[in-house]
Amino acid sequence: MYRDARYIITGLVIFVGLMTFPFWSNAGRAAPAPAPNLDTPAIRQLPAKQCIEATQYMRAYHMQLLNDWRTQVVRDGKEIYVASDGKQYTMSLENTCFQCHSNKAEFCDQCHTYAGVEPDCWSCHIEPKENK
Amino acid sequence: METSRRNFLKLGGAWALGLAILPAVKGFAANNPEHLVNPKAMAGKRWGLVIDMQKCWPRYQAGCRRCFDTCRREHNIPDIGNKKEEIKWIWTEPYGDAFPDQQHELMAEDIKNNPFIVLCNHCDKPPCVRVCPTRATFKRQDGIVMIDYHRCIGCRYCMAACPYGARSFNFRDPRPYIKELNPAYPTREKGVVEKCTLCVERIDTGLPPACVEVCPAKAITFGDLEDPSSEARQLLKNRYTIQRKPELGTHPSIYYIV
Ligand code: SF4
Ligand code: SF4
Repeated sequence: MYRDARYIITGLVIFVGLMTFPFWSNAGRAAPAPAPNLDTPAIRQLPAKQCIEATQYMRAYHMQLLNDWRTQVVRDGKEIYVASDGKQYTMSLENTCFQCHSNKAEFCDQCHTYAGVEPDCWSCHIEPKENK
Repeated sequence: METSRRNFLKLGGAWALGLAILPAVKGFAANNPEHLVNPKAMAGKRWGLVIDMQKCWPRYQAGCRRCFDTCRREHNIPDIGNKKEEIKWIWTEPYGDAFPDQQHELMAEDIKNNPFIVLCNHCDKPPCVRVCPTRATFKRQDGIVMIDYHRCIGCRYCMAACPYGARSFNFRDPRPYIKELNPAYPTREKGVVEKCTLCVERIDTGLPPACVEVCPAKAITFGDLEDPSSEARQLLKNRYTIQRKPELGTHPSIYYIV
């Protein structure tokens, strides 16, 4: 009855090893923290380097904000966003966000790669031509 | 833990309190943003078009394709170059195909042989909306039938339901087949259905559909079909007009003067 214990335990060890592979294979290797580059012509022109909402908020919630924009524009035909400081913006990835953040590789990809997320926005929304 | 009536009520109370303060918490977390309709947006109850083919034909025959070309450019419509995978928002059909139940063998030659501009009819009772399982296809308040490409799963029920063949399926990534990319408008991706949107992006900023604007013959009239004073309604009142396949009861919002 206990003859198979050997095989079962070996199997278990191999299984646990495989399942935890991503953890130990990365151990001790720290990925460099992303430092998104804000240097684009449009941002350089801004008197105050401030996005439509506070930086902390954008960092944590830009995906919710964009998802919200999508619903408002596509489903409800609303297309103006009133920011918390009362300023109004057109809710558009191409025509609002990318006007300032024209450096996708620097600004978007760095963090997305670091965080291991692959948003598929770019399969439809046209990424800005990078300007150096 | 013992589940007593007292504990149950306490939990319920905490839950109700949570619900009561949820909006406040949400408001705080989401900066309480506001979304507004563009003040320039056109307001209508049921947008539609009246297409005067008599005005179009002299130009069309001379090679005018302004409405098609403009639409293609504005909306990044690919040119796949193969009939089976063609993506079309606005195109032409011969009379017999556009109006199959409204023909007879002795039809006037010029009507029988001339191309009719066709597009999604933005039906008032759209079967495509009824069958879409994800609500990706929906009818807006102003009568425009839209597809939300973020939600489309490519099941193509809508294509089967549309009796006008107004929808196209993206069998492949359309990007490489777009001649001039318009960076201000998104493209589509492989696996979604697309069609004419009556230029909602323009209507919501106060502009008429692009095909209406560019037609040099002013053959296409845009207007609110619920508003008796609109230009479209005036045409409908004074001219003889037909619709595509009215017998199906989809109530198309596109009318033709022949
Ligand atoms: S023409 Fe077809 S796609 Fe357009 S609203 Fe009518 S049924 Fe739907
Ligand atoms: S193909 Fe897309 S739009 Fe059409 S019915 Fe399916 S989910 Fe809806």
